[in-house]
Amino acid sequence: MSRIITLRDSLREAMSEEMRRDENVFLMGEEVAQYNGAYKVSKGMLDEFGEKRVIDTPIAELGFAGIGVGAAMNGLRPIVEFMTWNFAVLAFDQIVNNAAKTLTQSGGQFTCPIVFRGPSGSAGQLAQQHSQTFESWMANTPGLKVISIVDPYDAKGLLKSAIRDEDPVCFMESEMLYGLKGEVPEEEYLVPIGKAAIRKEGSDVTIVSFNKMMEVCKIAVDELAKEGISAELIDLRTIRPLDYDTLINSLKKTNRMVVVDESWPFAGVSAEIAYAMQKHAFDYLDAPIVRLNAADTSLSYSSVYVEEYLPNPTKVIKAVKEVMYINA
Amino acid sequence: MAETLTKNSTDKAKSNSSLYNKDTYLKWFEVMYRVRRFEEQALYAYSQQKIRGFCHVYIGQEAIAGGIATALRPEDKLVTAYRQHGVALARGLDSKSCMAELYGKATGVVKGKGGSMHFFSKEHNYFGGNGIVGAQIPIGAGIGLAEKYRGTDNLSMTMFGDGAARQGALYESFNMAMTWKLPVLFVVENNGYAMGTSVERTSNVHDLYKIGAAFDMPSEAIDGMRPESVHEGIERAAAHIRAGKGPYFLEIKTYRYKGHSVSDPGKYRSKDELQEYKDKDPIIITERNIIDNNIASLEEIDTIKNNIETEISAAMEFAENSPLPMASDLYNDNYVQKDYPFIMD
Repeated sequence: MSRIITLRDSLREAMSEEMRRDENVFLMGEEVAQYNGAYKVSKGMLDEFGEKRVIDTPIAELGFAGIGVGAAMNGLRPIVEFMTWNFAVLAFDQIVNNAAKTLTQSGGQFTCPIVFRGPSGSAGQLAQQHSQTFESWMANTPGLKVISIVDPYDAKGLLKSAIRDEDPVCFMESEMLYGLKGEVPEEEYLVPIGKAAIRKEGSDVTIVSFNKMMEVCKIAVDELAKEGISAELIDLRTIRPLDYDTLINSLKKTNRMVVVDESWPFAGVSAEIAYAMQKHAFDYLDAPIVRLNAADTSLSYSSVYVEEYLPNPTKVIKAVKEVMYINA
Repeated sequence: MAETLTKNSTDKAKSNSSLYNKDTYLKWFEVMYRVRRFEEQALYAYSQQKIRGFCHVYIGQEAIAGGIATALRPEDKLVTAYRQHGVALARGLDSKSCMAELYGKATGVVKGKGGSMHFFSKEHNYFGGNGIVGAQIPIGAGIGLAEKYRGTDNLSMTMFGDGAARQGALYESFNMAMTWKLPVLFVVENNGYAMGTSVERTSNVHDLYKIGAAFDMPSEAIDGMRPESVHEGIERAAAHIRAGKGPYFLEIKTYRYKGHSVSDPGKYRSKDELQEYKDKDPIIITERNIIDNNIASLEEIDTIKNNIETEISAAMEFAENSPLPMASDLYNDNYVQKDYPFIMD
């Protein structure tokens, strides 16, 4: 049996189920306990698990991320919530220099099974400091795994996998889409880390995306269908390790690819995908891969700027027509 | 005078040589002598380019290693910074595997993956060996959080240098550790210099133990040139922590004879200042105490010295003769996941 629930509910179910399953799992972060979560993801968890396992922290991202790393090295399995990944920048030292390096610099003696989670990406007119996308930053670092989702089914299954994983995982959600609804089974399930999902099969072009840009792409795919263009839509779900095989297989079928990625263009996820496709499937390409990114600027406040900055369905459709050599 | 007594236990401890038994004294001497000889030999190997990379030695600070060896329990956890050979040896790490690590050999304590700054040993509850100044302070608090979570009475000894005392990570960690009453013994090894910058030049507050006052954390300064006072300081702190009263902060006043790292001639200090501390050398003073107070005989001391010379020679030989790692080992221990798909093109 399945039900329709929101992204925030699916994340809470994942955390609560894993906390019931394993006494060593706990949640810490700003406003996660008494306030029930800045975005209500952890609503009710303090009541169920108590203050030992649902811990309100001061506003000290570097400190509580590091405390999470130390706790993970010493046998616990922390879930560290950042109110947004923009604030996690203060904790990058702990994520990049410590969590990612623990296993290797200890010669395999100490593991760091920790999940750092929170929303990534823009969320309306929040201006420069609250609108950034961090998948490519974190995915550049060996030792980390990076997951970025909005689909409630994937969110639950992948967060459970992340909590059980022995390696440190950065888990990225979306402020704007915590209310997004989807079908989620009542029964327990896991979604494996490192596997992309083909959301819709198609034959003319492959569109690759992740996180909330998936919702933009879905609209574009429906519009393209009306024009007789059959697009295959792939949701990466995991950014590191990236599921190259699913992308290559799709490209071999459609021979054309558009990557829609809210990260900035330079050395981002889209750049890595374009490199890998030309390297491994050069002979199958009928057109250069086109990418759509956030503008190569900071995001400014006015709605005009937001519109200019972000990919949208119209831009996706234009990019698809470009790789299909169709005059708009 | 009351202030002097609370911040410095030196005078009290000086008269206490009879408080400790022979085993304790000999243990201090053995640990300090091992650390000194290990590092002198490591510096020699470094001069021959057999050891490379950054190498920060503990020479002058060995009394702290001595105190750690006798005052902590094996189940206690310890995390420190990159000037760590002495602390690691004090925790019981084997001099052979530590020397092999400096040589970058496969038999090193972390398989040649860490070098001088990154020894780790799960067996000895030794959490490294950390290279980012101050970043191990929150880690130590987290280690303590896990002990409290499990309901043990172990403590997390979290060591850092005077340079790290100026990092924001300290403020955040002290604050949360006190708020949550974590079993953490914070220790600043104040050797007077953050690389080449003296403590006086990095802040208006020169007595580092006073930083604890901002968090109502029990804090004191102790003499770090004598194993007795280090041992006593750790014991006082440990009793407080194990009673469930939360963290404790020790400023251990010490001195390094050498520069910040092997590449630093240490020209920012005067010869007189250096000599002042060499006159208080913890190994010489402890040896003299043992002999003058008839705690042990000269023969017993010589036996310890000879055994350590043999041990360190064996460690050098072991390091020399050990195999290098395989290049393909680079891909091991990055992920617990055995089949992690590295990008290989």
